[in-house]
Amino acid sequence: MTKPVSKTPDAAEQSAGLPPAKGHKRLERNVTLLAAAAFVTVAIGGIVEIAPLFWIDNTIEKVDGMRPYTPLEQAGRDIFVREGCYTCHSQMIRPFRDEVERYGHYSLAAESMYDHPFQWGSKRTGPDLARVGGRYSDEWHVQHLQDPQSVVPESIMPSYAFLSETPIKFENPSARLGALRMVGVPYSDADIEAAAQDMIAQASPQLDAGDMEERYPKTQIRDFDGNPDQVTEMDALVAYLQMLGTLVDVNSAVAQEELATEKGR
Amino acid sequence: MDNVLSRAGMYYVLLILSVLAIAVAADQVFAIQMTIVAIAICIALWFNLRGADYSAIAHGILKMPADETVYDDDPIRWGVIATMFWGLAGLLAGLFIALQLAYPVLNIEPYLNFGRVRPLHTSAVIFAFGGNALIATSFYVVQRTCRARLAFPGLARFVFWGYQLFIVLAASGYLLGATQGKEYAEPEWYTDWWLTVVWVSYLLVFVATIVKRKEPHIYVANWFYLAFILTVAMLHVVNNLDMPYSIVGSTSYPLFAGVQGALVQWWYGHNAVGFFLTAGFLAMMYYFVPKQAERPVYSYRLSIIHFWSLIFLYIWAGPHHLHYTALPDWAQTLGMVFSIILWMPSWGGMINGLMTLNGAWDKVRTDPIIRMMVMALAFYGMSTFEGPMLSIKAVNSLSHYTDWTIGHVHSGALGWNGMITFACVYFLVPRLWGKDRLFSLRMVNWHFWLATIGIVFYAASMWVAGVTQGLMWREYGLDGYLVNSFVDTVSAIHPMYVMRAFGGGLYLAGAVIMAYNIWATIAGKVREEAPMSQPDFNPAADRPAIPAAAN
Amino acid sequence: MNDHSIYETLRQLADSWGLLAMLIMFLVLTFWPFRPGAKERNHRAATAIFEDQSDGE
Repeated sequence: MTKPVSKTPDAAEQSAGLPPAKGHKRLERNVTLLAAAAFVTVAIGGIVEIAPLFWIDNTIEKVDGMRPYTPLEQAGRDIFVREGCYTCHSQMIRPFRDEVERYGHYSLAAESMYDHPFQWGSKRTGPDLARVGGRYSDEWHVQHLQDPQSVVPESIMPSYAFLSETPIKFENPSARLGALRMVGVPYSDADIEAAAQDMIAQASPQLDAGDMEERYPKTQIRDFDGNPDQVTEMDALVAYLQMLGTLVDVNSAVAQEELATEKGR
Repeated sequence: MDNVLSRAGMYYVLLILSVLAIAVAADQVFAIQMTIVAIAICIALWFNLRGADYSAIAHGILKMPADETVYDDDPIRWGVIATMFWGLAGLLAGLFIALQLAYPVLNIEPYLNFGRVRPLHTSAVIFAFGGNALIATSFYVVQRTCRARLAFPGLARFVFWGYQLFIVLAASGYLLGATQGKEYAEPEWYTDWWLTVVWVSYLLVFVATIVKRKEPHIYVANWFYLAFILTVAMLHVVNNLDMPYSIVGSTSYPLFAGVQGALVQWWYGHNAVGFFLTAGFLAMMYYFVPKQAERPVYSYRLSIIHFWSLIFLYIWAGPHHLHYTALPDWAQTLGMVFSIILWMPSWGGMINGLMTLNGAWDKVRTDPIIRMMVMALAFYGMSTFEGPMLSIKAVNSLSHYTDWTIGHVHSGALGWNGMITFACVYFLVPRLWGKDRLFSLRMVNWHFWLATIGIVFYAASMWVAGVTQGLMWREYGLDGYLVNSFVDTVSAIHPMYVMRAFGGGLYLAGAVIMAYNIWATIAGKVREEAPMSQPDFNPAADRPAIPAAAN
Repeated sequence: MNDHSIYETLRQLADSWGLLAMLIMFLVLTFWPFRPGAKERNHRAATAIFEDQSDGE
């Protein structure tokens, strides 16, 4: 047990016989200066790398076909995020022969331009999902999500049977689309106003979908989970999975031309 | 603030606010999370009111020791206990998900599915275990190196308890499904705001303590702590800019999307490694390794260069997580180049730490705490070599998306962060609780070997699994078709997943031994045991030579 | 100046003067702590943590 030495820095410095500090030594004795210098040092890298992405033209090439998610797809996407699917599935196909053959055309920057948050992932414990849309039937997806091992015996995926039992709880679809518009997704007033109807209608072919298909081109309207009486979380998730990678026709002549000019690959 | 009535009043207002938030919550998850907040406030309120009539019971929880001649160590003692507790919780969660990957039947939907528990594991070990270790050791080191007590003792206590609330909110949120879906930045917007408040308080306490120091020079460990606190604040705020759909709802949408979102996220994610798990832990190294070795750091000049180059270079390395993605090529190349350059300061720091033992290498044999520190630095060296290697685009094309990355992360996390934290806790506990020594040094030795062998199993199995996956995914037959379906690769690495879980189990067993050792030390027990080293001494032989004739 | 030429300009800068400036700065900063005058201070800073051996329980 000792008393903390009761000397002021100046006194301590004088008694140690040190001359006044200069240069880096001054930095070592002034916490404000040290903090400011450290902050500037760490800020440089981020600014140089990140800022240009927002205004340099080769970040995102414009591609035909991209549109915001429908309310039901967005609800499915929110479930995808909620369940942490990104911890095992990527959504980013790299331009290698094997990946392109296995998963489809490599991913374009524009294809995730409305993804808040992006879900590129970092690990493939399961396969990539960037272009899984349309590859399997709805029945396959539902069966696979309810009991993965019944479809793929070696699979190590957890089961998500509860999604079929859970009525969609996408609280306040209009508010969610509104929040997305605030961060830059171009939803129209009509989209936001009709969000709740759109969400139900997309999974209920017996209802009138109104002008939904004009507002959301390539929308798939059907009962996804095999239970027409109720719109469940399973409907939403399967609707999302079935549209992944289907919006941009990467094989069309126009898209091919754009791909050829896409820089940075 | 010392007025109990006004403090209780403040808590009461907060309690009403949280109950209101429960009532108007837009979704169930938000309501549950606010219930947790309300419970935390009730606990705080209870301690406050107890303190009013009997301050001795609440001693330490509310007040700092009145004795001005001692350092303010209460938050550090709690921090050490919290570090142990969250460490065990995080490792247990890790073992659980490792077993889930080997045996999927262990998934219990919906709350204990892999996708929800995995963020719980990563956050528990990084932010709960690592974060508590960093806060506790930084408060310890800054007081000693500044010869001053903590500034704003009340705020320091708030930092500790506020941080625990952040952990509980984040962890319970994951299991309930409240997540932002960005790795290592999963906590939802309200939890993020709470952490921001706590973190700014932390910065204030730390900087104010340095300002009131009685020692002219700011010791290098404090620079690393300072850079860690500042940079994490910057990263946290920028990466968590988002828009909740309702002010009382538990879901939000990040400001940045797609490519920009990916780069901002990995700028954050990589520097969570760089500043949370590297700079902060290097600060621990620069204080505790010299103290335990009882000799000054090998080269103080090298530490200056180490500091500036490390903090400058680390920030650039983020894009190596996005090789061959839709991120522009120039950004990928920049990330790769800086990652490779980063190898130099990393090894400079490792050499500086290891060479501190110059002339005292025998301690590696006799002192298991020093041995842990040396092993931590060795693993730091290994993973900071492997990291730059994996950031080379050609290597990354094979390793990315595979378990190789998982193995790399764990050789750093278990080997470097875990080992150096364990060593620091072993260093701190006898000093903080005023004991002569630890309950048992031999148990530290056991811990050391269990942990080391556990990491070897872990890293080796994940390396094999990763390379296997990478090669199988790209394997073509003579017919020009892909040979393996995806699920073939899943079955192929099953044995590796079992081995990984075994390695993780060994590591956890070591931590359990540690927890017992720490508990017994605090309880004041001392184990009867032979010392770790005992130079030969034979009293019978300790005599002058006598001529035979004299008999 | 359109977006594309901004990119080209930055690219040019990064490959020439920017690179040289960073290299010079790096060398200066690296050798700065090793100048002879700093030796005594560095030694004192490194050993300061031992001056007060009792850590004050």
